[in-house]
Amino acid sequence: MRLAFVLGEIGSGLRRNLSMVISVILVTFVSLTFVGAAGMLQLQINQMKGYWYDKVQVAIFLCSDGSTAPGCATGPATPEQEDNLRTLLKSPAVAQYVNDFQYESKDDAYKHFKEQFSNSPIVDSVTPDQLPASFRINMKDPEKYEIISETFSSQAGVETVIDQRQLLERLFSAMNAASLVAVSIAGVMIICAILLIATTIRLSAFSRRRETGIMRLVGASKMVIQLPFILEGVIAAVIGAALASGTLWAVARFFLEGVLSKQYPDTAFISPGQTLILVPALIGLGVVLAGISSLLTLRRYLRV
Amino acid sequence: MIRFENVTKVYDQKARPALDSINLEIDRGEFAFLVGASGSGKSTFLRLVLKEDRASSGAVYVAGQNVANISSWRVPRLRRGIGVVFQDFRLLPQKTVFANVAFAMQVIGKSRSVIRDTVPEVLKTVGLEGKENRLPHELSGGEQQRVAIARAVVNRPGILLADEPTGNLDPTTSMGIMGVLDKINQNGTTVVMATHDDDIVNEMRKRVVELKNGVVIRDEAKALYTSMIPVVGQSRRLRDASGRDEQPQVIPPRAGSRAEARTEFRTAGEGQA
Repeated sequence: MRLAFVLGEIGSGLRRNLSMVISVILVTFVSLTFVGAAGMLQLQINQMKGYWYDKVQVAIFLCSDGSTAPGCATGPATPEQEDNLRTLLKSPAVAQYVNDFQYESKDDAYKHFKEQFSNSPIVDSVTPDQLPASFRINMKDPEKYEIISETFSSQAGVETVIDQRQLLERLFSAMNAASLVAVSIAGVMIICAILLIATTIRLSAFSRRRETGIMRLVGASKMVIQLPFILEGVIAAVIGAALASGTLWAVARFFLEGVLSKQYPDTAFISPGQTLILVPALIGLGVVLAGISSLLTLRRYLRV
Repeated sequence: MIRFENVTKVYDQKARPALDSINLEIDRGEFAFLVGASGSGKSTFLRLVLKEDRASSGAVYVAGQNVANISSWRVPRLRRGIGVVFQDFRLLPQKTVFANVAFAMQVIGKSRSVIRDTVPEVLKTVGLEGKENRLPHELSGGEQQRVAIARAVVNRPGILLADEPTGNLDPTTSMGIMGVLDKINQNGTTVVMATHDDDIVNEMRKRVVELKNGVVIRDEAKALYTSMIPVVGQSRRLRDASGRDEQPQVIPPRAGSRAEARTEFRTAGEGQA
């Protein structure tokens, strides 16, 4: 009975205050979309970092079937060449700069490639043979990349030496800047949302002061009186959060997957499914925003 | 049922207190009128009983409990034991008569079946059977006030506070309302009614407590609206408050004993007669 009563109160409150409720929905929608966009950028950065990014700085790619580099004139790297390189990596001259190194076989490379490009059509056209084996080196000091590059570039069986960080760092700093901007806009919008929710609750409390006055007099508990107002704000915010989640999913589905991943097949993009991990966070944030702002408002404007 | 011990209520430090050291006891099942001019402290009295305000000093007991000691989350329970009726009815305009009365039960979590059984019964008590589905604006003022009374008593409170319930009604209708209140009082509910309506008070012949400038200047059983007996000068403060020049006979009041105080009044009155 009490639940049905509270639900009825919420329904009538939402109907009476429809225009305000819609504006709350829209403002939370926009603000949470920005929050979600920042989250998506971070997800995308993680996706592009792939398996090795945080673990190593330098990759020595070995010659494979299709290699055209001068060091690969003799064809794919032989096991002897690989052993030579391994010995060289362990030699004191090189080892002093190296923390640790790992060998990535063609099969390992294929496995990691599949993970990183799971959302890209390219994954189907690649076989383990096409991917080069490599040594992945974790540097003691990433700045000493030149030394490794000079030592290994000219070795037999080495196609190329790449400082992976340098390639991606620029892009990542741009993306980080973009997510910072998104978070700042989100911050301003969230303040808007909080104030708007507070105003809406205030109006709602004012338009229903007759009911709440009577409820108080006949001894309704604080919860029964306040809950409809709080839930009103929370419901509006959750609808806004759901819209924001839907928008982010649509961006991932139709823009990233539908357009960008076709234009840049060699870049790893996040899948629409991955954006769904942002949904609970957005909805949770919406609930907290609405809950806190309505609690504070009610404390001031609704006597119990 | 309601006991005021030395209760003072100050709203504004600079102005005189709204209630000034009030001592008053209203017993269970009693019917008491609270009379006095506007600003005499009647509404403050009712607000203190409901714990809408806190007394500046002194203690207010309702049903044996000092309301100052009731924690804020238990105030609803206190208010469930008190029904309130106002001059302006305060009905919900978009709800029917039945829904208005049922509202008071819904918000404290009564079950649908209990509501279905109780509301028609209460509506019958106040003389509104057959009008369950009317909206408030389709009713006369007197009928609206009956709805308000039904709502106030539907949860069977021990106390019914009425703040000028007949203030908006014509004399005949008012008498009807008084009949309803009397019936509720007969069923054991303590009724405290603040009013300006001298006809009603004179007709009912119930206990009358007269307030003036925050002080009780008269407390008589089976009394009239205006005192038949002159007020004795109990103290300088009282005499100042009553504004009348009294004979210098001084009987010191014994706090907390209404019966004795009334005996004193009577004695004084007879003495003068």
